[in-house]
Parts: sequence; C-alpha cells; structure tokens
Amino acid sequence: MKGIRTLAMASAMTALLVGGAVAGTLDTVKEKGYVNTGVSGKVIGFSSPDAKGEWTGIDVDFGRAVAAAIFNDPTKIRFTPVAFKEAFTALQSGEIDILARNTTWTYQRDTKLGLEFVGTLFYDGQGFLVKKSLGVKSAAELNGASICTQAGTTTELNVSDYFVSKGMTYKPVVYESADEATVIYDSGRCDVYTTDTSALASRRSTLGNPKDHLILPEVISKEPLGPAVRQGDQQWSDIVRWVLFAMINAEELGITSKNVDEMMKSTNPAIQRFLGIDANYGEYMGLTADWAYRIVKHVGNYGEVFDRNVGPATALGLERGVNALWTKGGLMYAPPIR
Amino acid sequence: MAKRPPDKQTSWKSSRLNDPRIRGWLAQAAVLAILIAAIVYGIYNVSHNLTKAGITTGFAFLSHPAGFDISQTLIPYSSRNTYADAFVIGLLNTLLVSLLGIISATVLGFFLGVIRLSPNWIVAKMAETYTEVIRNIPLLLQVLFWYLAILSPLPGPRAALHVGGAFFLCNRGLQIPRPIFGENFAATPLALFAAIVLAVVISRWAKRRQLKTGRPFPSLTCGLALIVAMPLIALTATGFPLHWEIPALSGFNFKGGITVLPELIALWLSLTLYTATFIGEYVRSGILAVDKGQREAAYALGHRPWMTYRLIIIPQAMRVVTPPLISQYLTLVKNSSLAVVIGYPDLIHVFAGTALNQSGQAVEIISITMAVYLFISLIISLIMNWYNKHYALRGQ
Repeated sequence: MKGIRTLAMASAMTALLVGGAVAGTLDTVKEKGYVNTGVSGKVIGFSSPDAKGEWTGIDVDFGRAVAAAIFNDPTKIRFTPVAFKEAFTALQSGEIDILARNTTWTYQRDTKLGLEFVGTLFYDGQGFLVKKSLGVKSAAELNGASICTQAGTTTELNVSDYFVSKGMTYKPVVYESADEATVIYDSGRCDVYTTDTSALASRRSTLGNPKDHLILPEVISKEPLGPAVRQGDQQWSDIVRWVLFAMINAEELGITSKNVDEMMKSTNPAIQRFLGIDANYGEYMGLTADWAYRIVKHVGNYGEVFDRNVGPATALGLERGVNALWTKGGLMYAPPIR
Repeated sequence: MAKRPPDKQTSWKSSRLNDPRIRGWLAQAAVLAILIAAIVYGIYNVSHNLTKAGITTGFAFLSHPAGFDISQTLIPYSSRNTYADAFVIGLLNTLLVSLLGIISATVLGFFLGVIRLSPNWIVAKMAETYTEVIRNIPLLLQVLFWYLAILSPLPGPRAALHVGGAFFLCNRGLQIPRPIFGENFAATPLALFAAIVLAVVISRWAKRRQLKTGRPFPSLTCGLALIVAMPLIALTATGFPLHWEIPALSGFNFKGGITVLPELIALWLSLTLYTATFIGEYVRSGILAVDKGQREAAYALGHRPWMTYRLIIIPQAMRVVTPPLISQYLTLVKNSSLAVVIGYPDLIHVFAGTALNQSGQAVEIISITMAVYLFISLIISLIMNWYNKHYALRGQ
C-alpha cells in the first residue's frame, strides 16, 4: 500500500517535472487506442470485477460510454484501480484520462486541485451503518460512538461537522482503504461505519451477515458523485460532460440500447439530432456524427445503466429516488442537444 | 621537430591549471554548479507545471482549518484547529511510538543478546529461536498480526477483560486510570528529583572513598531507599493530593481514564519485538568481540560475573554495538510509518494521508514530511555519534 502510494507520488512528481507541452487528451487517447479510466475497483455497483473477472458498475459503464463515443468500441478502455488517496494525483499527473471513482464533487476539488467535475452521475449522501444488536435507531443516539471511516474523504469532514453541530462527541478510527475500514468495523473495533449510503449498501452486502446491520435513516450530507477530468483541456472535458448528458437525454427521449436502431427511423427532430441523422453534432467535439448513437447502442441510457448496476434487481437494491429523471421527480436533468 | 623552447615549457608547466589543487576546486565548482542548476530547474519546472495545471501552491493552507478529527491527540485538538496543528499532532504521535519503541526494544534487545550467550542451553536456544523467527518475518505482517489477529478479536467494551475494575482491555484498546493531581502535588516530583540528585552525589562520594580507603559503602541500597522514601514522605506531608479517575463503561465506550489505542499497542509491540531481535544480535556480537582474556583477567581479579559484565565486558562491547544501534534506531523511527496500515494516526497517516487529500497540496506536504523524517534521523544520528565518540577507544 505504502509502496503503491510512493510510486504514485513519485510518478506524479516525475510527471510534474518532465511534463512539458502535452497534446490534447483526445489525440493522446486516440493514439494509444484506449481510454484510461481511474476507478475504485472495490465498490460493488460502481466499479468492481464480477465473478468472471469482467468489470461492472456505474462508473465502469460510464468509462465504456466514453470509449464507445470515441472508438465505437466500448472495450477500448483500461480500468486502473486507484486508491482514494492517489486518485487526484493520478488524474493531475496524466496517469489516467478520466476519474470515475464515485468521487464527491466539492468546491475545493473543483477550484483548487486542477480538476474539473463534468457533472453528477449519482446523487448520494452520507449515512451510518450500525449493528442491529446495538439497538440504535437514529444518528442522534450515536453520542460517544467509535466511528470507522476512510482517510482523506469528504466523509471524514462531514462526520466531524455533524457531531460538532449536534454537540455530540465521537471517536474517529480512520483507515487507508474502505476495505480495511469495513473489515475492522465488522470485527467490532467500531460501533459505526460511515460513508455514502450507496457504498454502505454495497459494503453491507459483503459483510459476514448483512442482515445484522442497519443503515440509519439520517443522511447527513450532499454527495454528488461524478466523473472528473484534468482542468485545461476544454475539448476533453466537453466530450466527457456530453457523454454523461447523452446518457441522461437518451433516457428522457426513450432511446434504449434495444430500440436505438428502430429509433433511427424516428421522425422526432430531437431524436434525429441526438442520433446525428441529419446533422453532425459530433464534429464540434472532434467526434463523429453518431457519437451518441454509439453510447446508447453499446452501453445504454442512464436508466439502463442504473438498473443494471445498482437498481432494485441487484444486490444493492437501490431505488431511483433523487436519481430519477427530472420528469419523474428526480434530479437527473441534462441540457438539450441542439 | 624542433626542440620546444625551454621558456615556453616552463610557462606551460607553471600554468595554474596544472595545479592539482586548483583543478580539484574547479572540478568541484563545476559539479556544484550542475547540481544547483538541476535543483533550480526542478523547482522552476514543478512550480511552472503546477501553475499550468491550475493547482494552487504554497504553504498558506497550513493556517486553514483542518476540519477532520484525529483518534489520538497528545495535546488538545479539534476539527476547528489548523492543518499546522494536525501536523503537530501527527508528529507527536510518531515521536511517541518511536520513543516507546526505542526504549522497550533496547531493553528487550540487551536482554536477548545477553541470554543468547547464557551457558544455560534451554535459555540460549529459546532466545535464538525467538530471534530467528521474529527477525525473518516482515514487519508489516507482524503489525497486521498483532492488530488483526490479537487485538481486534478481543471482546467488546461491555465484556472487557479487566483487572481489579480499574484496568480494562477490549477491542477499543486498553483503558487505564488517569491520575488527577491535586494542590501541592508538585512537592512529590520535586522530592523525587532531589532524592535522585542526592543518590548520585552519595554514589560518587562512596566511589571516591572506596578508591581512597578501600572501605565500601552501600550506596545502591542507600540511594534506592532515598528515592522511594523521599517522595512518599512528601506525598504524606501534603495529604495525598493524588486521585485516580477510573474508566467506567458509559454508552458505547469507556468514559474517563486514559485510552491506549489498540493501534498504538499493536504498532509498539511489533516494533519492539522486531527491532529487539536486531539489537540482540548486535549486543551478542559486541560481547563476543571482547577478548576472552579480558573476562579471564576480571575473574582472576575476583570480580563476580555480574560485575565483570558491568565493568569490563559491556563498556567495551558498547564500542562495537553503538554504530549499528544508531541505524537500528533510525530504522525504527522510519518503520513507525507502517502505522498507516492499521490506522494509527502518525505523521504519515494524518499529514501525508488525510491532510494531503483534504488540502490537495501533495508537493508541499510530501516535502514537509520528508524533511521531518530527515530531521528526526539526523538528530538521532547526532546524539548517538556523540555518544560513540565519547566512548570510542582513545589514543589509537
């Protein structure tokens, strides 16, 4: 772990040292033939290898959508698992092209770190996981509890803010990785494990006996999780942003991976624009006219990706909630393609 | 070819460039210039690229509020404190575990080194087995072993193991009573200090008298009696102004008393046990390096084995032991950064971990952290080198 971090740091520093004139990210990506996406690699539903060794998850599918838009081939992608602590450095130094690592979009990260968040892929909020045997029903009863969490995350700051604002105390137990924090929580070192509620659901499914654990009803923070790119390459950030918008727009227009070919015959002008039938909208970003078609054809729309990875039929069993389209009472809203 | 005119040859020979000293200086100046140029270029390039990447640089973040909590704080700290305060907390935690480790590893190491040379076969073999097993297992594994396999499976706070209702051991750590000092308590440590000074004075006087007249004086017994009695008298005279706050179960955890984190215990134990094996080997080699004749001469003069060790063997062995001992202490301090794997809030974990990610100032924070380790190591080197010089063989 330490070695990996040292390596990441060293490479970051080296990149900072030698990084002279850099070509546009799109050209670099086309030249090397794949998109390098930094993922967590360990959060079921967001990015993790399945039983067959295939990468699955929302973050993974988002990366594939970018690859599909550029190469018309969602497999032209490499997933680089980055530890949370190295994630920003890895992106800053050019080791990865996109960071899709259920990372919270915050003011400081956006303005201070040389990163650009392109949008929100999943609206989340921080919650608490406790053992049912403690008999705790609400976060207000957590005064004096030992709380396991992961180092360097917004989680660590939110939990401090929450306890300060409620006039309660707690004992932080902070680990390098979410894996370790979960294992240690399970061993009884902590009363509570805290992170984003989606990740709590994901982690709970990996515990020895998931039914013994309860996610408390309180959500103590806003955690808009979204993909980020390096600041300073407008073309690349446009591409990644509009891949996200295309997925949302596709759901709104009713275009799915199954009906996209039929939709090519649609007379709806919005759908025709979307699929690039009568105009080449892709060229403004250095892509082809059918960039959005490729995304839906190979990966699917936002709703499909959500249901496939974290929806009610999966191990996580999450409802759409605030992640539903704006037309259905949620927050998912994308600017029109025109 | 015509002969070279002699005057020209002289001038060539007397050229300054031919002077080996001047040439040496020139070469050194050139190397220095290249080094400085490389450093300046590196600094320029890093700052240029950081600016280009839109990353804020500078040390201003140190005075911003940190916003996170730390599990072990030797001085008062809350999430309202600054990054600089968090740095101090991390540094103190690193120093704490390093100091505890150095003390206990030295004691255990000397013990191991001596008993490995014991004439008792079983004792010697036990020490040998211990040394060979422990020093050949990576330290990281030992840290994880103590933490995950020994301390984590302990019962929870409600079923804690306890001694006399005052000391509790559970998976939240070791809870011990906290002393609360009342009025006039200062008299007791003062009395202890005075007793120690007095004991040293007595022992020096006794030594001088014995050298002069041959009459012994029980300075050790006398000194110990003073060290025990004087603080006790002071404590009684001031009316026992010392109370203990006993840890008690309340809600999720123990309240009151002092909590020794399981992370600290695991790290301290593993650093001690691991480093002691190396120190033991240095001590053994140091003792073996002392000529057999020295021991025989001491016995011939009538010294008992213990006195032989104390007066003849150990002082000479120390000359061999000290240099590797220095590097072992340095290694221990650096090894303490394995704290990150078990969440002990040391400098790396708090500052180069959490603070780095919360502030995003990777270059600054890593530079500060490296400078701190360098500084600690140089201080230890300085102290031990002074000690080494002090005890090195003179006049050879």
